[in-house]
Amino acid sequence: MPDTGYLPKGKIKDFIKELAKDAIVYAPVLEGETVVFGPFSEEQELCLERPANTPPKSVIYPQSETLFTFEHKKDPEDHQKMSVELKAGIDAPGTVIFGARPCDAKGFIIYDRVFINTDTPDPYYMKRRENTLIVTLSCTAPFSGCFCVAVGGSPASKEGADAMLTELPDGYLIEPVTEKGKAILNKPMIEDGSSRLKDAQQVQQKAHEAVKNPFAKGRPEISPELFDADSFWEQALSKCVSCGACTYLCPTCYCFNITDEQTFGKGERIRSWDACMFFHFTLEASTHNPRPTKFQRFKNRVGHKFVYYPEKYDGAIACCGCGRCIRYCPVSVDISEIVNDLGGGGQKQQTAGSAKND
Amino acid sequence: MSTEKVKEAIAKILPDVETVICWQGGFDAVHATPCFITKPDEIDKVIWNPLCAQNLTSYLPSLNKKKVGIVVKGCDSRTIIQYLQEGLIDREKVVIIGVPCTGVVSVKKVLKEIGHQPVADVAFDNNGNIVVKTSKGEKTLAIADACPDKCATCQYPTPLVYDHLVGDPITSDKPKESVYQDVREFEAKTLEERKAYWEKELGRCIRCYACRNACPMCICQDSCIAETREPHWISQKLSLQEKFMFHMIHALHLAGRCVECGECDRVCPMDIPVSKIKKKINAEMKELFNYETGVNPDDRPPMFTFNVDEVKIKEHKI
Repeated sequence: MPDTGYLPKGKIKDFIKELAKDAIVYAPVLEGETVVFGPFSEEQELCLERPANTPPKSVIYPQSETLFTFEHKKDPEDHQKMSVELKAGIDAPGTVIFGARPCDAKGFIIYDRVFINTDTPDPYYMKRRENTLIVTLSCTAPFSGCFCVAVGGSPASKEGADAMLTELPDGYLIEPVTEKGKAILNKPMIEDGSSRLKDAQQVQQKAHEAVKNPFAKGRPEISPELFDADSFWEQALSKCVSCGACTYLCPTCYCFNITDEQTFGKGERIRSWDACMFFHFTLEASTHNPRPTKFQRFKNRVGHKFVYYPEKYDGAIACCGCGRCIRYCPVSVDISEIVNDLGGGGQKQQTAGSAKND
Repeated sequence: MSTEKVKEAIAKILPDVETVICWQGGFDAVHATPCFITKPDEIDKVIWNPLCAQNLTSYLPSLNKKKVGIVVKGCDSRTIIQYLQEGLIDREKVVIIGVPCTGVVSVKKVLKEIGHQPVADVAFDNNGNIVVKTSKGEKTLAIADACPDKCATCQYPTPLVYDHLVGDPITSDKPKESVYQDVREFEAKTLEERKAYWEKELGRCIRCYACRNACPMCICQDSCIAETREPHWISQKLSLQEKFMFHMIHALHLAGRCVECGECDRVCPMDIPVSKIKKKINAEMKELFNYETGVNPDDRPPMFTFNVDEVKIKEHKI
């Protein structure tokens, strides 16, 4: 069997249908002008031209999931006695994430360290991760706000993917990364890709060179003095409105909340995404809140990604540079600019305020 | 429109205030971002052009302990009037620089027109157009076509309240009846059609609360019912029902308060037209109470008063 495959553009829907024979395929589809990862069906319009508004993280790590259900039962003989019946199950059907970008796939590597490679692996995440095949699409050009190359990524990085597609004029070169990924080369519409590998590598190289690096020092460097200076955050974050768009759209944010949602004797314990940008994230039962201001909360967001996580996981940065938090921020807070400033500043990427006036 | 005149006005008021809230260029050529000027040497980064779409007045209530300056467009000034009606800010502590506005640009509409390509540069010509450059070429769009919906029916291009006006006042040439025309057209659809529409649109909601946090009139802030456990009105489940519930609460809390600035639409990362719900309620408030938000500081919002003889409410006549 050849090492690489080739999928002609005209056969992409057939290929997805083939994948959907034994799995649910989540692909970037258009809903109006919004691109979301949804279960793919024939009627939907696939959108591979630009990164999706939302990353595919919810496919493996749902925004809200039931951990178990519970029901209080009274003993019919003795009403003083009450028992609780618990039912737990993990819904993890075979799944394919198709058309995720390399940054999206890298997000799962960041989650794996937290949810799998620990003393207490998370069965829910782990089962879904095991049952999911990730087929990425390398980026041929950077998108507004992207900075993957500055945080150890690349528009053609294979990290986290089972197989990666690279767009060529008439089709896609498929490079398998894992054994699971290799299996897709057996699909009937896949041709031998060997003769096109060089072309694909050129596309990948060109894309890599086009991504801006927003950091004056090439990589994020954070001065502990600046990081701990309240005035820095107060100046940088005056405009933040403290919503959760940046965290919920982030392929690497994984903080969650656990709540019991119940009515009359029965209910369920659910785990749902939480956002460190919300006041309630650190609100304690005593009503004390150790992070009452948006400045402290954003400091935590940057700290988690660029300081605390790297300290814990051998220097790995918990940011994949996808740029969503910049693109979709209601007030254009730019985390890459803030991190650059935390390193003492210096020449940044071209910002535009250059819009001509008058 | 003149950036230089806006800068001059800011320089003039800066000695009397702690900060002036205005706009500067953002992370790319098509995004503006708020800026808080505290020192004269920062004034140079200020911009004033149709990219300055954000309603900056949302920051006022939280900063109202200090004396602050702010640059407002006509539509933005309605928020200030609404704040004054509701006693949310102290007028003495705000110095308002008003700028008459001929319409701003919706970044979402621009991006749609250029196929969501990254923007390399943006310029404005003298014929009311925005010229957008991308790696694929250059596209000229009439601002009138690329503006947020609110601009198409704008009644108040000149701020209704200000201390300094930059430039000459402009009067609206848009018919008053046009303001709620879209609401009435939407109402003409059947219940099933409207239900299907909202199920599809609100289904995309990720509950990031950007619409709430960017809303100048959402003043519950950290005590919002959407996140409290007591009372526990909304669960953390991601069902359509919960999303609906949140958006209905948001809209009802804004009945006769929403200033129709469109921030909720502008900031939604999932492109949900959430302002449509609020606009519908405002249309009813106008119909029932002949009340228009944010136009007269001496008005009382209808939900702040109780009038037994409310003429338009039939039940009161029984």
